[in-house]
Amino acid sequence: MTGEQIVFLVVALFTLGSGFMVVTTRNLVHAALWLVSTLFGVAVTYAVLDAAFLAVVQVVVYIGAIAILFIFAVMLTRKDVRDQGPQMNKNWWFGALLAVMTFGGLYFLLQGWSGLSKTAAAIPAGFDAVAELGNELVSPAAYVLPFEVASVLLVAALVGAVYVAFNPRSGK
Amino acid sequence: MSQWIYVGLFFIVGLIIPIGAIGAAWILAPKRPNPIKQTTYECGIETVGDSWVQFKAQYYIFALVFLVFDVETVFLFPWAVKLGQLGLFAVVEGIIFILILVAGLVYTWRKGMLEWA
Amino acid sequence: MSFWNDPLKVAADWLLGVFTGWGMPEMAANILIGFLGVLLLITVLMVLDIFLVWIERKVVARFQDRLGPNRVGPFGLIQPFADIIKLIIKEDTTPGGADKVVYNIAPMLSMMSVLILWAIVPLAPTILGVDLNIGALYLIAAGAIGTLSIIMAGWSSNNKFALIGAFRQVAVMVSFEVPMLTMLLIPTIFAGSMGMSTIIEKQDVWYVFLAPLAAVIFLIAAIAELGRAPFDMAEGESELVSGFNIEYSGMKFGMFYAGELLHAFTFGGFLAILFFGGYRFFGLEQVSPFLAIAVIVFKAFIGYWIIMWVKYTLLRIRIDHMLAFNWKFLTPLAFSLLMVVALMNALLANAPIWLYISGMFLSNVAVAWAALEIARSVSRREREKVEGPKQVVEVGH
Repeated sequence: MTGEQIVFLVVALFTLGSGFMVVTTRNLVHAALWLVSTLFGVAVTYAVLDAAFLAVVQVVVYIGAIAILFIFAVMLTRKDVRDQGPQMNKNWWFGALLAVMTFGGLYFLLQGWSGLSKTAAAIPAGFDAVAELGNELVSPAAYVLPFEVASVLLVAALVGAVYVAFNPRSGK
Repeated sequence: MSQWIYVGLFFIVGLIIPIGAIGAAWILAPKRPNPIKQTTYECGIETVGDSWVQFKAQYYIFALVFLVFDVETVFLFPWAVKLGQLGLFAVVEGIIFILILVAGLVYTWRKGMLEWA
Repeated sequence: MSFWNDPLKVAADWLLGVFTGWGMPEMAANILIGFLGVLLLITVLMVLDIFLVWIERKVVARFQDRLGPNRVGPFGLIQPFADIIKLIIKEDTTPGGADKVVYNIAPMLSMMSVLILWAIVPLAPTILGVDLNIGALYLIAAGAIGTLSIIMAGWSSNNKFALIGAFRQVAVMVSFEVPMLTMLLIPTIFAGSMGMSTIIEKQDVWYVFLAPLAAVIFLIAAIAELGRAPFDMAEGESELVSGFNIEYSGMKFGMFYAGELLHAFTFGGFLAILFFGGYRFFGLEQVSPFLAIAVIVFKAFIGYWIIMWVKYTLLRIRIDHMLAFNWKFLTPLAFSLLMVVALMNALLANAPIWLYISGMFLSNVAVAWAALEIARSVSRREREKVEGPKQVVEVGH
């Protein structure tokens, strides 16, 4: 077993364990904090894969913005952060079945994939992934339209949020 | 990956040092808790109710607006890295991208969502 | 290669020889050496942090026309050590309703979020932790962990003041992150890389001359990110007593306090790296890495001094004014500046260097002037709405 594999296993266990805690802990703020550690585990996985940009973006966007938004939402809406209700509803068996089937399906599909038995080619020296990404984002032959559409999508999200928060009674 | 080993080392050492400092204090400091010491500090006045206070929903709005602009600037970083080698066309694309988002900011502003009250 | 020219490599080679001599595999030896190097750097930083307490107290004393610590040791230099002994042996009370685990993790995360920033600080051409090519975003990522530690501290203390302070501070931190991210894009555009050492190497002309307005906006956003006056909403002594860290005592409080000081010093360092040429100073960095370290530490201290100067000169701003200032002035200004710089960069790409520099500088000044003019006319209109048109005050009887 190489060092990389050990690191991956530790990180994967950490991520999965945190994910499990997110859904089982009864305290909603704790759940949000476990979610942060899950997301951090995903960021470390990206780092292990040498995807530096994705790793950092994962931390900046998911931990720096989305997790904060979650915590704000929990604290703003709940008087008591402890979840009193039952943790399972009566459809739990259906959810479990679906999860097992998804896992089995993915496992079955990936068994035939040759990529699992190969090691990825090393990134050539001097290859700047961020610069390449920048190039692809603005070149007309590649992703310039999705790049601009992303901006429109973000504005749509903003407008939607403002509309939801808009309170017609106070006129603000 | 080798770079990230060192970043990982910074994370580990960055945790060891404060754990060490707090651990040293934990060993050396006296521990004589009593109910009065452990009460919530509110300038000597007895606490009323629990610590939960109604917050303005405005905090949430600011966090949402921030999220949108955070994602936007993340998109702009690869653009900025490559900008020197790209022509005027790429610059204009980036400016359009920013302008669309500024329009979103203006909308939020006009709707009064950036007001505190 | 001598110790004078490349101390890190000489020391690492020597240690590698020693460790492999003991029969350690080379990979493990390299990681151990890395660990020792990081430990050394962070230990030095912590010692520096102790003296930052003294410097901060001495400087604020001079600003307020006092003497500052001057009893313990020469010039009060032993004072911070006395403070540390006190912090260590002070009883550490935990409020009864606190969430113990989160409460104890928060100060550690707060300190860690500052220490990990030093992974990307190049101290000299050959002395740097990691040359990440996404350095600028790493800076923000570390800040995200700091934000998280504040909200954890505020929530777990089970105290109204702490929670209010944390909420305000987090709102301010996330809001000012937008102009800060935008201003990080400007050195990125000039250098063509987000890596801190590339940004320094490309700075034949300090970026502060190319984009003075960017440096100013970065400084303002950095002060807000640090939660120092005039943006110290989280602490707000007069209303929240101490804000998010109100329930912390002893070394846990010490971690927040030391973290804040080191954070301020670190941002002084980043200001130096991004806009003031980092370790470069008229070729001095070529002579020896030791001189390069001296240069960057000196520049970082100047940045730190400016942050202190602002802190002890200005009054605290109300939170609604602060957020309005950010979203209605600083953010639009930052975006306008980014667009202007990107455009000028493309238009002047083939211009001679003197034209490039003066064009950039003048466009920055023009943006700043226009922004101030707009702000002035808007605020005049606002004032007239509140007070009515300005009347000539008659002087005399």
